[in-house]
Amino acid sequence: MSTNSRSLSRRALGRLAAAATAAAGGVTLAGCAGRADTASPDAPLRIVANNHVWAEAIREYFGEFEEHVGRRVVMSILTADQLANSYNVKLNASATDIDVMMLRPLQDLLLFAHNDWVADLTDLVTGDRDYDWSDFQEAPRQRCTVADRVVSVPVVTERPALYYRRDLVADLGGPPATLDELMAVSLELADRRNGFFGYVGRGQRAGAVSQWSSFLYSFGGDFTVDDRSAIATDEAIAAYRYYGELLERTGPPGVTNMTLEQAMPIFAQGKAAFYIDADAIYTNFLDPTISTVQDTIGFAPFPAGPAGALGYNIPSWSLSINAFSLLRDDAWEFVRWATSPEMVARIQGDGIPGARASAWADSDTLGAFPPELAETMRIGAERGVDHDRPEVLQVGRARDIVGRPLVAAVLGQDVPPVARDADAEFADFLVRDNRHRGI
Amino acid sequence: MSVLQTGPRQRRTALDGGRAGRRPRTFEQANRRLKWAMLAPALLFVGSMIVFPLLFTLDLAFSDAFGAVNSGREHVGFRNFTDALGDTRRFWPAVQRTVVFTVGAVLLETVLGLALAMLMRKAFRGMRWVRVILLIPLLTTPVAIGILWLLILDPTNGIANHLLESVGLPPQEFLGSVSQSLPTLMLIDVWQWTPMMTLLLLAGLSTLPEEPEEAAHVDGANAWQRFRHVVLPMLSTTLATALVLRSVDALKTFDLLYATKGPGGGSDFEAETLNVYAYGLTFDYLEYGLASAVLVLFTLFIIGVVLVLRRRAGRESA
Repeated sequence: MSTNSRSLSRRALGRLAAAATAAAGGVTLAGCAGRADTASPDAPLRIVANNHVWAEAIREYFGEFEEHVGRRVVMSILTADQLANSYNVKLNASATDIDVMMLRPLQDLLLFAHNDWVADLTDLVTGDRDYDWSDFQEAPRQRCTVADRVVSVPVVTERPALYYRRDLVADLGGPPATLDELMAVSLELADRRNGFFGYVGRGQRAGAVSQWSSFLYSFGGDFTVDDRSAIATDEAIAAYRYYGELLERTGPPGVTNMTLEQAMPIFAQGKAAFYIDADAIYTNFLDPTISTVQDTIGFAPFPAGPAGALGYNIPSWSLSINAFSLLRDDAWEFVRWATSPEMVARIQGDGIPGARASAWADSDTLGAFPPELAETMRIGAERGVDHDRPEVLQVGRARDIVGRPLVAAVLGQDVPPVARDADAEFADFLVRDNRHRGI
Repeated sequence: MSVLQTGPRQRRTALDGGRAGRRPRTFEQANRRLKWAMLAPALLFVGSMIVFPLLFTLDLAFSDAFGAVNSGREHVGFRNFTDALGDTRRFWPAVQRTVVFTVGAVLLETVLGLALAMLMRKAFRGMRWVRVILLIPLLTTPVAIGILWLLILDPTNGIANHLLESVGLPPQEFLGSVSQSLPTLMLIDVWQWTPMMTLLLLAGLSTLPEEPEEAAHVDGANAWQRFRHVVLPMLSTTLATALVLRSVDALKTFDLLYATKGPGGGSDFEAETLNVYAYGLTFDYLEYGLASAVLVLFTLFIIGVVLVLRRRAGRESA
């Protein structure tokens, strides 16, 4: 190839690059300019939800709402991870194709409110006497309020429950009431060589943090104290050690790779004596198609540690309205309908624990739960701490840091040095996170 | 202006191939414009799908973007790059795992792929079926493969441990173990991608002339000597191409790692490669600035690997 032709091709290449860049800019500008300000009258109300039993239950009643509001409702159901990624991508692009969002208040809400991705519902929830915002339990209500603005409405609440095998503890005087008893009985019942485990639980670094929180509180610790890291205190180290030992000595192999999806089936298949996780998942153990323990399962409150029996009591899922939605009025109508006292009572009557005090006071709705579980839930709601993970913007990073000593404990490593190292990292992280939050 | 807007005389010029004196100039002008008009859809696509995201990523890499990319962000120069390069807790271990995973998996795939290709070189009964079976792992999506192996290798309920125990071997934790995860993932990658290496090398082998090998045979060379000194040098170009293609693909592996180990590549970050780390920074931590810087460094790393492999291949074939 001659020098001349090479220089020509370079020039052509330059032109191509410039044209492509200009085209990209043009497409972007066209995209921005083309955004509509109002929705079509025929546009459906779009709900994006998690593949949770609540979403399946509310979907059954959509016909009533569509008749009431005169608009079609479309619900997309995604797993929790897909949901988070979908919100991240779409809300970053100020997308208008989501109207109502089902989200995890403790995982997402601080960040979403910080980014102005969720609509302010304060006047709507407090200005409607029939709606009765004060009927929602105090802890879930607080978790859905950011900087004195109500930005979400809780739909599902959770507390830890001790799932146990009645047939195995009948001769031992019933389920363990303290963490010491839990350890002792788990060790006694474990037969790991033959594939039977005393205790099964989440052991994956970030995934285990929310369930480990109850152990932390019951040992007298917390993630932060006065906005400073508290994960290397004596109480936190004791909680790390206890949880690590419980899983290492009585749990299944490969537990550090286990979240809810891996741990739950082991108990459901009758291969473990005890399992602590959210009470809202109990239906999985009563379903004969996936469980072999439906006749032998028992439910008990979280066992007491040195500081008492302190589990969490949190709104695990809530509804928010996309701040970029073109159907905000109808979106609020949906949230109002789905979280009204009547609908919460109906959904709770289907066995899904809600956040309204009136529903919990109604014996008809409690009848849907096994009596032992209903009592466990009542006790959990009374004593519960209002968070199960650090209250920060970057919850994912915080859980990764807090979970590091937990994994070290499960692997049988020396906990204090890892906890001190994680504590230093968490302290740095909190400084940056607080700066982002303007604290 | 398009060719349709030129006058009748000029259109004639285009049709008669520019035989008249001043006609070629008009033809060239019209042709040049038509060329751009024809290129426009492709340019629009390339511009919107490749160039803009690339420029946007570069812009983010030099900013402190966090939480939401559409909120205010400040440019911070090379801070994200220095932060990433100074991070010995996550970044450099991720680089190391990326290299170990790629080198280990691709090396095994190449050796096994070459061995299988040599075995399949000569036609045999059922060869067509063997080729179809070889294609199955290639046609399966990595996420499905991840879930499949997760079930097979489950330490408590998986079939792998039942098989091990039935022959008197101790059960293993496989993907549940911090130390066994990366080797196990490399073996899954080998299971999936060895067939591709086999098919590529088989295609290369089928183009080689038979005479040099026959001559070596007549001269008394044994099978290994014929392979080492005759077949392998002739196959080097195909081998180099296959290595580059597979290495780039292995460097970018994400689906399999994420499907089996989840965010962060497991509890002790034991399977966190650069790709998984960048994904986590973006979607779990929402640190778009740092994530973009890591991606830029990762891209430069891949370009570097390709250049090194190509240079080596060029030297060997010369």
